[in-house]
Amino acid sequence: MNLLESAGGGVINGLGYVGGLGIQLWSALRASARVLPILGKRGRWRAAIGQMAAIGVDALPMIAIMSVCTGFILAMQVGAELRRFGALQYVMDTVAIGFTRELGAMLTAIVVSGRSGSAFSAEIGTMMVTSEIDALRTMAIDPVEFVLAPKYVAALLVVPCLTVMSNVFGILAGAGFMYVSARITLAMSLNYVADSIALRDVLMGLLKSLVFATIVVSVGCMEGFRTRGGPDAVGRSATSAVVKSTFLVILADAFFTAIYYMVCKD
Amino acid sequence: MAAPMISVAGLTVVYGGRRVLDGVTLDIEPGEIMVLLGGSGCGKSTMLRHIIGLERPALGTVRVRGVDINRCSAKELKEIRRAMGVAFQETALFNSMSVKENVSLPLRELTTLADPVIEIMTYLKLSAVGLGEAEHLMPGELSGGMKKRAAVARAIALDPEILIFDEPSAGLDPIVAAGLDDLILFLKRAFQMTMLVVTHELASAFRIADRIAMLHNGSLVTVADKGSFRASADPRIRQFLDRVPDPVGESTAAQSRMRELAGMKGAAA
Repeated sequence: MNLLESAGGGVINGLGYVGGLGIQLWSALRASARVLPILGKRGRWRAAIGQMAAIGVDALPMIAIMSVCTGFILAMQVGAELRRFGALQYVMDTVAIGFTRELGAMLTAIVVSGRSGSAFSAEIGTMMVTSEIDALRTMAIDPVEFVLAPKYVAALLVVPCLTVMSNVFGILAGAGFMYVSARITLAMSLNYVADSIALRDVLMGLLKSLVFATIVVSVGCMEGFRTRGGPDAVGRSATSAVVKSTFLVILADAFFTAIYYMVCKD
Repeated sequence: MAAPMISVAGLTVVYGGRRVLDGVTLDIEPGEIMVLLGGSGCGKSTMLRHIIGLERPALGTVRVRGVDINRCSAKELKEIRRAMGVAFQETALFNSMSVKENVSLPLRELTTLADPVIEIMTYLKLSAVGLGEAEHLMPGELSGGMKKRAAVARAIALDPEILIFDEPSAGLDPIVAAGLDDLILFLKRAFQMTMLVVTHELASAFRIADRIAMLHNGSLVTVADKGSFRASADPRIRQFLDRVPDPVGESTAAQSRMRELAGMKGAAA
C-alpha cells in the first residue's frame, strides 16, 4: 500500500509539475507579443536580443566543437563497419541523417540546457530569494512579461539556428573523415548528403529544436520560480533545471522519433 | 472623518496548521505614519505581505483606498499597486541594473513619459533621498544605508499615495538609521504620503510614528498614539518597551524535551 501511495504521489507530483509548465508556457507566450520590436513595450526587444546573444552567440563555439567531435566519432564508428563491406560512401548518409533528424537538435538542447537553462534558474532563483520578483509584482510589473517572455522569444528564435549550425558542423566533420580515410572530396560528400536526406528530415530536426527550446526555457524558469530559502537553494535549482530539462528533452525526443517512425514508413 | 487609506479586517493567516495572524483588524488613516511594532516572528512581515497583496489570507479582508485587493479585478489591483510604493527589508534592488535604472524602471514600465523626462524625474527622486551623485553606481557598490535610500527612491518613483517600509533600519548603524528616519519624516512632509512602517526598533518607532500598532503572537495588542503606547500597562507592551527577555528553557515542553534528550525516565511527564 505504501508503495502504491508513493507511486501515486509521484505521478500526481509529476502531472502537477507538467501542468505548471503548461500554465507558465501559456502565460509567457501570451506575453511574448509585448516583446516584439515596434509592437511591444520599450526595452523588451533589447532584453530579448541580450538573451539571444547569451543563448546563441556565446554557445556557438561549444556547439561547434561538440558537433565536429560527434560527427567525426559517428563517421569513424560507422566507417569501421562499412569499410568491411566496401560501402564507405554510406558513412555520409548516416552522418547526414543522424544529425538532421536527431543529433543536431539533441546536442544543441544539451548545451543550451547546461549553459542557459541553469543560468535562467539561477537568475530567477536569486531574484526570488532577494525579493526582486516580489518587488516587480508590487510595482505592478508582470514578472512573466518582464523576466520570462524575452527568454522564450530569444530561445525560440535562436535554438533552431543553433541546430542548423550543429547539423552543418557535424556533416562537415563527416566529410572531413571521408577525405582523410578515402580521399572523397567535399563536393562528393555533399552530393551524398543531398541524396540521402529529405526536406522532412530537416523540418523534423527543426520542429524538435523548437520543442526542446521550449522545454529547456520552461524548466529553467520554473525551477527558478520554485526556489525558496537562501543561496544553497539557488544552486540546487540550477542543478535540478539541467537534470529535469535533459530528462524531458530525451523523453520528448523518444516521443517524436516514435511518431516519425510510424508516420514516415516509405 | 476620511475613509481609511488601508483597512485590514479580521486578517487570519494559517501556515501548516499554525495561526500566524489571528483576526487582525487595523485602519490606517490618510496622511499618517503608522508603525507596526512587534518582536521577531510575531507576524509583522506576514501582515505586510498581505497588505501589499503578495499573499492571500485564509480569512479576512485587506482594503486599500476602499478596494478589497483580494477580490478586485486585475486592472484595479494594478491601479492600487501603482499608488503604493514598497521599500523591502533586503532592498530588492535589481543587481544587474544601475541605481538609475532601478529607479527609472517603474517610470519606463508604467508610464508613457519620454526618455528625457524619465531622466529628469529619476534624478529628482535620487536627489530627494540624497543619492543624486550615485546614479551610475551598481547596487553592489553601495553601502547598506545607500541601498535602503535607493530602494526608497524607487518606491517613490511614481509619487505613490502610500509608502510601505519593511524594517527600514534593520542592519544599519544608529546614525544611518536616524538619517533614514529623517528621510521618512521628510517624505511625509513633502508628499503627504500615508506610510506603514514595519519595525522592531523602538527609537525609530517613537521618532517617526503618528500611531503605533503592536503585534504579539499573531494578534494585535493595541493601536495607540505614541504617548498612550509609552504609558501602557499591558504586560506584553511593557516587556517590549522595558526589553525584558523571555525566560529560556523554563517551559514545560522545554523541560520535557531536555529530559528526553538526557534519556531520563518520565520524559513525557
